[in-house]
Amino acid sequence: MSRENSDVLLSVRHLRKFFGINRTAARKMLQEGAGKNDILKKTGVTVAVNDVSFDVERGKIFALIGLSGSGKSTVVRCVNMLQRPSSGEILFEGRDVVRMDKRELYELRRSKISMVFQSFGLMNHRNVLGNVAYGLDVRGVGRGERERRAMEMIELVGLEGWENKSIDDLSGGMKQRVGIARALCNDPELLLMDEPFSALDPLARRDMQFELLSIQKKLGKTIVFITHDIDEAFKMGDTVGIMRDGRVEQLGTPTELALSPANDYVREFLNSIDKTKVLSVRHIMITPSCLIREQADPLTAIREMRVNDVSTAYVIGRGMEFIGIVTLTAALQARLDKLSSVSSIITRDVPQVGHDVLIGDIIGAASDTPFPLAVLDDRGRLEGIVSRAAILSSLS
Amino acid sequence: MMYDWILKFPQAFVFNPGSAIDDGIRQFSRNHRASLSAIKSVTVWMLNGIEALLGMIPWWALILLVIWAGYKTGRRWWIGFLYGVMLFFIGTFGLWKLMLETLSIIVVSVSLALALGFPMGVVVAMNRHVETVMQPVMDFMQTIPSFVYLIPAAMLFSVGKTPAVMATLIYSVVPMIRLTSHGIRHVDREVVEAGIAFGSSRLQLLFSVQVPQALPTIMTGVNQTIMMAMGMVVTCALIGANGLGMEILVATNRTEMGRALMPGVSIVFIAIILDRLTQGSIRKRSGKDR
Repeated sequence: MSRENSDVLLSVRHLRKFFGINRTAARKMLQEGAGKNDILKKTGVTVAVNDVSFDVERGKIFALIGLSGSGKSTVVRCVNMLQRPSSGEILFEGRDVVRMDKRELYELRRSKISMVFQSFGLMNHRNVLGNVAYGLDVRGVGRGERERRAMEMIELVGLEGWENKSIDDLSGGMKQRVGIARALCNDPELLLMDEPFSALDPLARRDMQFELLSIQKKLGKTIVFITHDIDEAFKMGDTVGIMRDGRVEQLGTPTELALSPANDYVREFLNSIDKTKVLSVRHIMITPSCLIREQADPLTAIREMRVNDVSTAYVIGRGMEFIGIVTLTAALQARLDKLSSVSSIITRDVPQVGHDVLIGDIIGAASDTPFPLAVLDDRGRLEGIVSRAAILSSLS
Repeated sequence: MMYDWILKFPQAFVFNPGSAIDDGIRQFSRNHRASLSAIKSVTVWMLNGIEALLGMIPWWALILLVIWAGYKTGRRWWIGFLYGVMLFFIGTFGLWKLMLETLSIIVVSVSLALALGFPMGVVVAMNRHVETVMQPVMDFMQTIPSFVYLIPAAMLFSVGKTPAVMATLIYSVVPMIRLTSHGIRHVDREVVEAGIAFGSSRLQLLFSVQVPQALPTIMTGVNQTIMMAMGMVVTCALIGANGLGMEILVATNRTEMGRALMPGVSIVFIAIILDRLTQGSIRKRSGKDR
């Protein structure tokens, strides 16, 4: 528990946010278990966020996903108090953001938390450099220092040479690079990203996802990433939360969600995703039932295969290292030829993969070979096999 | 006889606060004579200053200035040249000096309207309650016939250019307030959020995000204010403001169409020049002209 707490940078606890006037009545109805729509009809209050809790670990990306109106943008706006939560706690480095006074809040926004917006939120009365340096400007950093650091960030996002251009001259992808550079310029602990790539075309979006991941790897920033695209969420998020109607339906790593969706809604949501990009070989490999030693004679091999009712045996060396496979046909032929061991009839060009390889990446290899793939650990030992049937069933 | 009230509005209900208001204004003017005359002397000082300044510029320099400004804002030489020709014509009508007088009233009242309207617009944008109060007041101020402003101005400041400046100021300040607050309120939501998210204080947000972002709209307010002032300054001849308006008023009284036409056309020319120059600078600022 204590180890967990030391890693947690942001902890949102029972966050609620109502929009409307008659909030007390709404809260009461909520306690009595009324639904969101009934509350809206009776009191005119929208329950935007309803009892949301999650932790974000330092250096990790937390992706929050949901359809529009699910409350995900409201959650992220509560974290830096662009919107004041109706109730709940937002603990940043252990301190409740909700209870901070104005000065502490300015300080928090100036140096600890920054934000990237869906439609960029750039100021077209400032050029690229002026936008990137905005946060430092607000902090009162001197011009030389400000521009030097802004230039570093501009180079980091690959916009050098554009620093004196007007915002209106940039493409969508470039604008969001400016947005990211501006957010990084304050060297914040936490980056809030509200659907940062939703306004971009698919190609630019893929570029930016890749770029953000590499920037994150370089700087180790903690990120709360809002999106409505499940593929994006699974690609970016170390942890993913799925939101509906102001609630978090399920929290977990992409793999956890893909393997065990908590309910039908999550399952439905996941249907649209390409699972082969989330699941790795580890999740579909099975232990080979028929193992033989390299020195085994053909008769032993045949017997083993008969017992296990298979037509291929996996050959391993003394240290469990994988050598190849022996087919039933080859073993029978070897017995007729009176060979003393199977070593000369081993098929050695069996495709091999590591257990962390994504299924999507082995489909090609699997379709080129008649045998199941051998899964090896980093010392070359056989961990399991992946049959074509297993790959096909993971596609559905 | 007894049922007359069904057809005619009953005499008993007639109530006329007009004379009470007149008395009130007179009373006010008597009680605040000192401050009123201070306002008057400041206004006169400004008027004289501006008029002297305009008078110092040689006629050809003013024309060249307008040509240059027309080119700068319109991006074409012939546009500037056209404005120059218009100004030249006013001179050939023999109305150069009267034009300068009219212009000085406009300059003074517009600068006062901007100095007053901008902060008021900011306050209206920032405070919902102030907006609720100001909205109907501004509607009222814009709909009431402009003549009505002349009377209290004349009652408080007697006749001449000072009441003209005051009436013009009151009449033309409304679009400045309205468009300033409209501009500030309609700055892109995410741009404002970005300003807040990076830790701007309220003043920083106002002056480094909201006002610069609202500038095109605010400049439209400036343009509208100038146009309203142009309209009012002619009417102000009725309370003795010298200038082009007076020339038209005199000609109207004598029913001399020809004599009224020249200053009338001059007013149109000045209006066109001022309008185009300010609008051109708005387009340039908002970057749509590139």
